[in-house]
Amino acid sequence: METRDKILSSVLKNQPAHRELPQVPMFHRNPESLVSAFEKSLKYMTGEFVHRPPPDFAAYLRNKFPDAKIICSAVPEYAGNRKPEDYTNWSDAHDIDVTIVRSPLGVAETGSVLLTEKELRVNTIGFLAHDIVILLDPKNIVENIHDAYQHPAFREAKYAVLMTGPSGSADIEGTTVHPAQGVTTLTVIMWPVS
Amino acid sequence: MSAVDQAASAAKFIEDKTHEAHFDELLWMIRQKRDYAASQVPEWEELRDLASAIKEHTLSNLAEYLEMFEASAKRNGAIVHWALDAHEHNQIVYDILQSWNADALVKSKSMLTEECDTMKFLELRGITVTETDLGERIQQLDHERPAHIVAPAWQKTTQDVANLFARVYGSDPTKVDPVYLAHVMREHTRALILEAKAGMTGGNFAISETGAIVTVTNEGNADLSGNTPARRIHSVGIEKIIPKDEHLAVFIRLLTRSATGMPITQYTSHFRGPREGGEMHIVIVDNGRSTRLGMEKFWLSLKCIRCAACMNTCPVFRRSGGLSYGSTYMGPIGLITMPTFDIRRYGELPFSSTLNGSCSNVCPVKINIHEQIYAWRSVMDEQHQIKFPKKEAMIVAGKVLSHPEAYRIATEATETALKELPRFAIYNHFNPWGYHRDVPAPAKETFHQWYKKNRMRNGSA
Repeated sequence: METRDKILSSVLKNQPAHRELPQVPMFHRNPESLVSAFEKSLKYMTGEFVHRPPPDFAAYLRNKFPDAKIICSAVPEYAGNRKPEDYTNWSDAHDIDVTIVRSPLGVAETGSVLLTEKELRVNTIGFLAHDIVILLDPKNIVENIHDAYQHPAFREAKYAVLMTGPSGSADIEGTTVHPAQGVTTLTVIMWPVS
Repeated sequence: MSAVDQAASAAKFIEDKTHEAHFDELLWMIRQKRDYAASQVPEWEELRDLASAIKEHTLSNLAEYLEMFEASAKRNGAIVHWALDAHEHNQIVYDILQSWNADALVKSKSMLTEECDTMKFLELRGITVTETDLGERIQQLDHERPAHIVAPAWQKTTQDVANLFARVYGSDPTKVDPVYLAHVMREHTRALILEAKAGMTGGNFAISETGAIVTVTNEGNADLSGNTPARRIHSVGIEKIIPKDEHLAVFIRLLTRSATGMPITQYTSHFRGPREGGEMHIVIVDNGRSTRLGMEKFWLSLKCIRCAACMNTCPVFRRSGGLSYGSTYMGPIGLITMPTFDIRRYGELPFSSTLNGSCSNVCPVKINIHEQIYAWRSVMDEQHQIKFPKKEAMIVAGKVLSHPEAYRIATEATETALKELPRFAIYNHFNPWGYHRDVPAPAKETFHQWYKKNRMRNGSA
């Protein structure tokens, strides 16, 4: 017998009698403002929040990341000096100072944003860059994680990540320090889709 | 292998006051953060009930869900392997790496690969394995197993890590600063991630409907290990299956809050298929789980989502250190799972508990941990896995507990004895817990004496 069949027949023989699958409620509490709830949650996770598109985005970036040389943009709102497609070898995205990408979904409960290969195009631009700036239409913020998992990306994308604040580690002394292996800072800008 | 003597190893750990206090305080802080996080979610208890019921449903229909998962994963373009035990798992992983001519592997933290001793297997065959989780890497560099399933290096102080990195990486041992040390690790690991030809992750969940492997990390290392090389392997135990995304939501809300007290990890990642030109392999591992599924008293331990809340709250674990268990899974969840791997080696573990029940109370999937610990003790007794003093004490306790009058006399006598007996009679080898701890001062009266005086109305108790 093949291993697969051995395992499945052992499981079948040993699994206990059927137990019902419960319905999962949506647990909506309808907060007054999803944007404010998102902002609070994101900041709790050490993410940065910007209420509206800066009038001069280039100046905003220069000011926020004065040493940045390579800005990889995956959005039409800003050109940058790299596109994700420039990185045919995904490891090369290591040279990016700032990645700019749009998220299709924000989660007020946790301050998370969704990114998939559709938005990133080259997935490593989201992790190997030093910093990341994420545009999010406030209309795309949902209340909680139950809402988030209704998004079709989780059934369609080959890779989907709920990213919540910059990478961190609490492996020494239990207190979270930034960065760990991923980005050093993560900023979300409320930026309606034009 | 010889039986693990957790009490003896814990005794060595306790001799070093600095580490004992450090570990205890750190875990208690995390336990308090967990309580705060839970208190912020009004439906917390309802979520625990749901999580428990979803897991029990899935485990009771596991064969069907496993087949569904396999079909979904194949549809997504992943290649699915099945491994009966640790050796088969390691051989499959090695064969895949061989087919890629990969001699270097970057991996994110996975308790399953610890359980299978995968790293050792691969390194003996000439493959360089780099752990990319900070805590796991610290343990790898120090040639130690994880001391905790969520934060493998928590048994070490910051000074320990500073000394280790100074020795291995030549960093400054006087900079006893977690930010600096995390930076040192990032700089040294980054190059290895960029050059690796193959990546590997474990899986916190595997979704039947979508074929997704879901990983939960703070560092982003599963995403880096899984995305930077074009080819990757995910190893996952059969019990990690859940039906759909709507069920995943319940677990994502519970897991991190229970583990670290944060609302969510920085990265909750869903790997469904290989990228263009890449490969994605999934190794589904049994390694004793399907047998445990048939154990009436113990199958519920398969609900575990590896949050470690039971460990953080356990007074024995906090004061013993995680390495004292000599096992992959430690603390309360280790006591009830390790004997299924090797009853001789881990036969003493179920006795490393005070049976206070706190582990069951914090468990996000409501495993009846303390009841299973007690049930394992009975098994060990039946199978003669208990050492003489423990067994003698249990026989006496069993007789006393089954006779109310004897119990009353015994407790009253104990209180008297604690007051009157000389120290050598209390701190002897029949009471291993007395070696390193002072027995609490005896109460002035037993509960029964107090009840009789204050509450008894009709002469009966």
